[in-house]
Amino acid sequence: MSDRLANVRVALFVPCYVDQLAPQVAFASLRVLARFGVKASFVSDPACCGQPMANVGSADEARPLALSFLRSFAGFDYVVCPSGSCVSMVRNHYRGLVPDAAGLEICGRTMELCEFLSDVVGVDRIGGRFPHRVGLHKSCHGLRGLRLGSASELVETRPDPVGELLASIEGLQLVSLERADECCGFGGAFAVEESGVSTMMGRDRVDDHVRAGAEVIASIDMSCLLHLQGLMRRRSVGVRAMHVAEIFDACGGDA
Amino acid sequence: MSHPELANRFVEDGERAQWHDRSLWYVRAKRDRAAHAIPEWERLRELAAAIKANVRANLADYLERFEAEARKHGAVVHWAEDAAAHNQIVWEILRSRSVTRVVKSKSMLTEECGLNPFLEQRGLEVVDTDLGERIVQLRDEPPSHIVLPAIHLRKEEVGELFERELGTEPGLSDPARLTEAAREHLREKFLAAQAGITGVNFAVAETGGIVVCTNEGNADLGTALPPLHIACMGIEKIVPRAADLAVFTRLLARSATGQPITAYTSHMHGPRAGGELHIVIVDNGRTGMMARESYRQSLGCIRCGACLNTCPVYRRSGGYSYEAVIPGPIGSTLGPGRDPARHASLPYACTLCGSCADVCPVKIDLDRQLFHWRSDLVTSGLSSPRKRRASRLASLIMRHPRLYRAVAKLARVVAARAPGATSAVLSGWTVSRDLPEIPQRSFREQLEDLGDE
Ligand code: SF4
Repeated sequence: MSDRLANVRVALFVPCYVDQLAPQVAFASLRVLARFGVKASFVSDPACCGQPMANVGSADEARPLALSFLRSFAGFDYVVCPSGSCVSMVRNHYRGLVPDAAGLEICGRTMELCEFLSDVVGVDRIGGRFPHRVGLHKSCHGLRGLRLGSASELVETRPDPVGELLASIEGLQLVSLERADECCGFGGAFAVEESGVSTMMGRDRVDDHVRAGAEVIASIDMSCLLHLQGLMRRRSVGVRAMHVAEIFDACGGDA
Repeated sequence: MSHPELANRFVEDGERAQWHDRSLWYVRAKRDRAAHAIPEWERLRELAAAIKANVRANLADYLERFEAEARKHGAVVHWAEDAAAHNQIVWEILRSRSVTRVVKSKSMLTEECGLNPFLEQRGLEVVDTDLGERIVQLRDEPPSHIVLPAIHLRKEEVGELFERELGTEPGLSDPARLTEAAREHLREKFLAAQAGITGVNFAVAETGGIVVCTNEGNADLGTALPPLHIACMGIEKIVPRAADLAVFTRLLARSATGQPITAYTSHMHGPRAGGELHIVIVDNGRTGMMARESYRQSLGCIRCGACLNTCPVYRRSGGYSYEAVIPGPIGSTLGPGRDPARHASLPYACTLCGSCADVCPVKIDLDRQLFHWRSDLVTSGLSSPRKRRASRLASLIMRHPRLYRAVAKLARVVAARAPGATSAVLSGWTVSRDLPEIPQRSFREQLEDLGDE
């Protein structure tokens, strides 16, 4: 597969909160990409896709960041990002936010890590071992924004690259949850503004994973995980929150 | 009060909030099973959305056709521009026939227009006959859900209410017996009523017929017993052909309660023998909504309540936290459409999880509308100034790489040396969550370090 990808220019986009709060996820992403023959360039600026501003309605504040994103990544064939919600912002909300002339071509080729590995690189097995019971937290922006997998509301079947790649790891056992894809209640500013509901939503998710016997809660969105992890630590729940890139990285692959 | 204030209050009673969440999740799960039993479910949704789009595009023609056909059956058709006109029309009809006792069934529209208090002020007795509606009416409360109006109440509370209002035995909480007691009480009301008012689920342009879907059959009783039937409908209730009904009746009951079909689907073509049928067609802001492209799809709503049942926020904050006739996702877009200042917190009472749009039988882009409302609220200066300032500052920092680095570094220093300072800033986060360990160096800094080596 590395032959086919030899001339493909891939950039890694590391959003601000991963940069600052979970740098290990960005390193893990680079290593995992490299393991599958993808040499991704890191583009430093911008550090934000504009999602936090757009989500509270400040389109005028989000626009310059969107424009800067489009400029920075214009020369690449793919942008890979270990955050489903940022990818959803670029793919679903840039059109309409910036003029079409700003060059929206790259939006459709901005991809979440698992999606990229599966659809572009053709990975169907991560390999390696991760002998743990894992609860997959399907982040809403990945599930319903990027359509990674079938949402439980819909009567359809779609490939679920995140679940499938996790399941391909030896020893990794995906636990089944009572509510397979309910929102964790992070929601950006929502977490703080609607702290009561946000907290209850998050605790309900944690309880579901605990009841299912998960040792690890995994997700493609670090923002959901920071929220869940914060709630778990406050209550000394002994479940780890891990980004899928960290799991792919930790299991070491077949090499 | 804003949604967060009321929601926080609701959540404080943790046990009750859990119960509320679970009751509604049960309905959502039932809906899922019903939907998944129909392999062509998604095609039905597509069709329903397409029919609704067609209705919006040709609404005036369909309405005229409907009026003409309904008249042929002997119905009297009235047009009301707004809630006040609607109430006035209904009142005139009732007054001119000396009606003092009315039974009412199944109508979010009359709720929207405030018909009950309007008529009560004029000395009429208006009795809501659907069990849930009657319960909230006896408590002098509005419905907390558009299909399950008393979903916020436990059966014990209903028992207490009935003991007080209907004289049932103390401590009654068996749903079957409570329902029996309500039936008996309502039977008297039905027999004494001089007029029945109902809503309309669908009005068929081609036939001039109206369709009312209920589970208790009250629409039939309420229109078969008294000689006068007034049916109130929003202009959006039109479907072009009788054949289109099949699409909607299949979707409606499954989406609402997980039933294959509502217990009663009453088709009415003109008045019953010797009676009168009046149809009041109401705009009340709907044409205005149709003119706004970003929000016009919400006019297709068939009031099934599925978006409320699936909404993780609604389930945990209750209908009253929205302070709107219609709560939940659909209410959060309709509310600001009527009065953006009053309902400015509703589009933010949402994580943008998108479950509402996926569950909606007519595929209304609810989450997109709420996202859009936020920027409309900011543009019109109705969002909180704090939010706007925070966005402006964040954008400024993010646009300037060196500033971003400097601010981030500063924040880490402050966090390490004076944790109290950051927890004051982050108190909305730390009420319930620990802060993550802050890494010593960011990814970008670490990468630069590697480059320097
Ligand atoms: S918006 Fe859709 S899901 Fe919500 S009540 Fe209306 S039809 Fe039902």
